[in-house]
Formats: sequence, C-alpha cells, structure tokens
Amino acid sequence: MSGTDFTSTEMMTIAASRALKNTDVCFVGIGAPSAACNIARLTHAPDVTLIYESGTIGTAPNVLPLSIGDGELCDTAVTTVSVPEMFRYWLQGGRVTVGFLGAAQIDRFGNINTTVIGDYDQPKTRLPGGGGAPEIASSCGEIFITLKQSRRAMVDKIDFFTSFGHGEGGDHRERLGITTKGPTLMVTDLAVWKPDPVTREFTVVSLHPGVTREMVQAECGWTVRFADALEETPEPTGIELTTLRDLNARTKAAHSGGKTGEAA
Amino acid sequence: MAQFMTLPEAVAQNLKSGDMAAFEGFTHLIPHASAHEAIRQGIKDLTLVRMTPDVVYDQLIGMGAVRKLIFSYAGNPGVGLLRRLRDSVENGWPNRIEIEEHSHAAMANAYEAGAAGLPFAAFRGYKGAELAGVNPNIKSVTCPFTGEELAAVPAIRPDVSFIHAQKADRKGNVLIEGIVGVQKEAVLAAKRSVVTVEEIVDDLDSHPNACVLPGWAVTAICVVPGGAHPSYAHGYYSRDNATYIAWDKIAADRDTFLAWMKDNVLDATPEDFADRIKHLRSAA
Repeated sequence: MSGTDFTSTEMMTIAASRALKNTDVCFVGIGAPSAACNIARLTHAPDVTLIYESGTIGTAPNVLPLSIGDGELCDTAVTTVSVPEMFRYWLQGGRVTVGFLGAAQIDRFGNINTTVIGDYDQPKTRLPGGGGAPEIASSCGEIFITLKQSRRAMVDKIDFFTSFGHGEGGDHRERLGITTKGPTLMVTDLAVWKPDPVTREFTVVSLHPGVTREMVQAECGWTVRFADALEETPEPTGIELTTLRDLNARTKAAHSGGKTGEAA
Repeated sequence: MAQFMTLPEAVAQNLKSGDMAAFEGFTHLIPHASAHEAIRQGIKDLTLVRMTPDVVYDQLIGMGAVRKLIFSYAGNPGVGLLRRLRDSVENGWPNRIEIEEHSHAAMANAYEAGAAGLPFAAFRGYKGAELAGVNPNIKSVTCPFTGEELAAVPAIRPDVSFIHAQKADRKGNVLIEGIVGVQKEAVLAAKRSVVTVEEIVDDLDSHPNACVLPGWAVTAICVVPGGAHPSYAHGYYSRDNATYIAWDKIAADRDTFLAWMKDNVLDATPEDFADRIKHLRSAA
C-alpha cells in the first residue's frame, strides 16, 4: 500500500483502533469511536470487551450499529443488562478501563462539549447533550478521544463543560477528587495527540503520513504544541484497510444507505 | 391488577393534560403508538421524561403537547439532532419548552430511586461537569460514613409511564426481552402505567431470570402489534433505520412536519402500526 491509498478518515479510524489492547474493557461511543473499537476487535484485539451504554456487554457486531441500541449489539453480546445496572455496577463500579468518546467541541485540555453552542439558556445551536459522557469521563480508567479536526471543533474555549477532561490543566482532576486518568490520547484525521505529563495540554506526538505541522495548525483553534521527537504515524496495513472497508460496506448495506452518526 | 383495554381507552383513563409522563425505551421498544394516541387525544402541557428523547418526543414537542422536558440525551440516533426540539429551544416554536437536563447516570439512578420509593438518588457523578451549574435539581450530599461528596438528584416519579413490550400473558404479566433499558424502573416509579404489547399469549415461556413485570404492578395493557415502530421489538421486527433517516428531512420544515403528522398520526389509528412493520418482520 502506498501513502495515497487511504483517506484521512480511514487513517484516523485505524490509528485510533491501534490504541485498544486485547485486555481492555471499553465503553464505546457511536460514530468514529465505534468504528475504531470494532476495527481493533477485528484485527489485533479479538478479545477486547466492548460495552455500549444500552446495556450490551462484550458485544461483537457484524455491522456498525446506527444507534447504541441496535438489536445486533444485543444478539452478539455476552450479556445485556439494564441501563441502571450499566451505569451503577459496571461504569461507576470502576470496571471499565477505557472510555472512547467523540466530541462536538474540545479544548486543548481534553474538555468536551456536546451540550450547546453559545449560551446555555439562549443557545445558538442546541446539541444532543451529554448522555453517558459526563460519568464516562470521570469513571473509566482513561479516556481516548477521536474526532475530525476543524477550527469549529477544536476551540480555545469550549462553550459548555459537558464532560471534564483535564480542566485548566496540571493537577485539576486530582484537585476535584477525580482518581481516574482522564484523556490520555486523542486521534484526529491529521495526527496523534497525547497530554503533556505536567501541563496536561494535548501535544502532537505523531503526524499521519503526508500531513504537515501547518496542516494540523490550520484546522485547530489553539496554538498547537508539537513533541520534540515528532514521529510519523505508521500508515494502514493492507489487513487494517481491508477490514475497515469490509466493515463499512457491510454497514452501508445493512442500513439502506444510511450514515452512521454521533451519539454519546 | 393490569386491565386489558384498547389504547385509546388506556390513554384517556391514565394520561391528563399537565401530567408528568414518561414514554421510555432505550432505542429498543420505544412506545410510539402510545405517544401518537396522546397526540390524537389533544393532551397538552406535559412534563415529558425520558433518558433518550428521540423522534417521537420530537413529534410531541412539535405538536405543542409539551411544557417541560427532563432528559439526558436528545437526538435522532445515528442521524443527527432533533429539529423540532431545536426549533422549540432556539426559536420558541410552537412554544418554548423548559429544559431540565441530566446525564444518563443521573436519570438511571433517579428512576431507580423512584422505583425504590426513595426521595433522591446519590451517585458518583458530574465531577467537573457544568450541568450542575445550570440545573438546580443537581445537588450534592456528603456520605455519612466516608465523607465523600456525591451527586444527588430527585427521584423521578411520573404520573404515568408508557412502555412497549414483546408480550403479556392472560393474567397481565409482561415480558421484556433484549435491550431492557430503564423500562422496568420507569413503570415501578410511576403512579400509573400503560404497557402496549405485540401479543397476548397463554404462557410467557420465559426463563427464570427474565425481565417480567407482574400483572399487579401494571395499570393497563393494550395489544398494539408494531407499537414500537420505527423502533423495534426484539424477536418480532427489526429497527426501521430508513424511517429514522427520513425523519430528519420531514422534521426540517414546519409545514412538512405538520403535513406528515396529519397523515401519519392525526388521521391514523393504533391499528395502523401493524402495517408499518410487515416488511420488517423477516429481518427480526
């Protein structure tokens, strides 16, 4: 495969999928996170445990669900529990190692907004709301984030704190009594980002093939920091690409041409 | 003890304008037929509760039946935002509804507290999240044993909860299978409950740990085949994803929306739901 054989979205999904380990127990958001988690399961992490907030635990869908409660998720799950049990025993109980989230708006410290654009009482755009994300962000061992870069999405200051990342940075999580790690990884369509160990500001550690620093900055609303030892993301392997494209083709056929969208 | 009746009778007897009502279903088993009947009967001024208000709440809001919405995620799953809800919140059409917004964890715990007869729910949540600043019903309590500060929300106690389920037996015991969501808690938290089912059977044929609502815990049962469409009933028919996708365009324009509601809700009956799921049965 040459560097021109894949799209930036495919690179994002595959790079994000690589972050999941076979031993992870992952709370999955719909859309980009769902694709990444299932590619992980279909490639290097066949035993990864995927959990959707509809109550399906250990699910292995053949196609990507259009919603977090598709029957496919229940059919292929190890077990399906009630929503109260999901949030009380499994999430709050601390049994989930990774929460995989998308974002409508995000800042440099991994704080996420999926509630409103503009003022809360007089919003410019009313977004769907947090769903499970406020507690996923604080209860999962760590948080991975994946989203397409744009100046509208990656902003200097988010309009609303739906879910808390690293707050104002530094030890802000610890000061609030939150014991989990919070956002430890962000994968966009252009780069891989990790928080600085001290300031917690997301820093670009790896550029996807063909991507320049200028391209990352052009689609980001804050001044981007790059790691000293900046790497290049390994391009998708043939197996990764084939697996992703087969999954997308099966999904498209199953949903009558429908697109997968975002849900918390 | 559950009484068997038609859906128009059940709605007329159990839902009044001004009530707090939940039409619960977590993607699966969403009680569309019941909500459509509420719209046809001209019920107004409702406080609607649901974790995941989607298309059918968009319809209730667009028809002006709603005063207040208590929720944790409002969207058309897999498709986008709810356009009638947005029009109400952003532009006040047909009326500006009041919003009480929570997280899923808060809503699930609040229903459970309601079902358990407790006044509030405590849980470890909302840390660093801003909702607590805009929703006065999110408070905190201190654990009397450890001193840990926990989030607290009032129990949800609807006047009436509507759910859809696969089947009931002749004694009125109701079986829910598949993704069970928060429906059991919603029924047990409510003063009254209306359950639409796909069919009535002699024997539920369930395993010992199945999710069953005993007949004495339910107010009314109505047979409405297809009553969850375009949502789905596990084992009976699949989710009609094409209809969810189509809703986005229908709801985008006020006139298109009103015309669709006239044809498919106001001039329709509960029996029409059976036709809507015929082509979906084989895929279940």
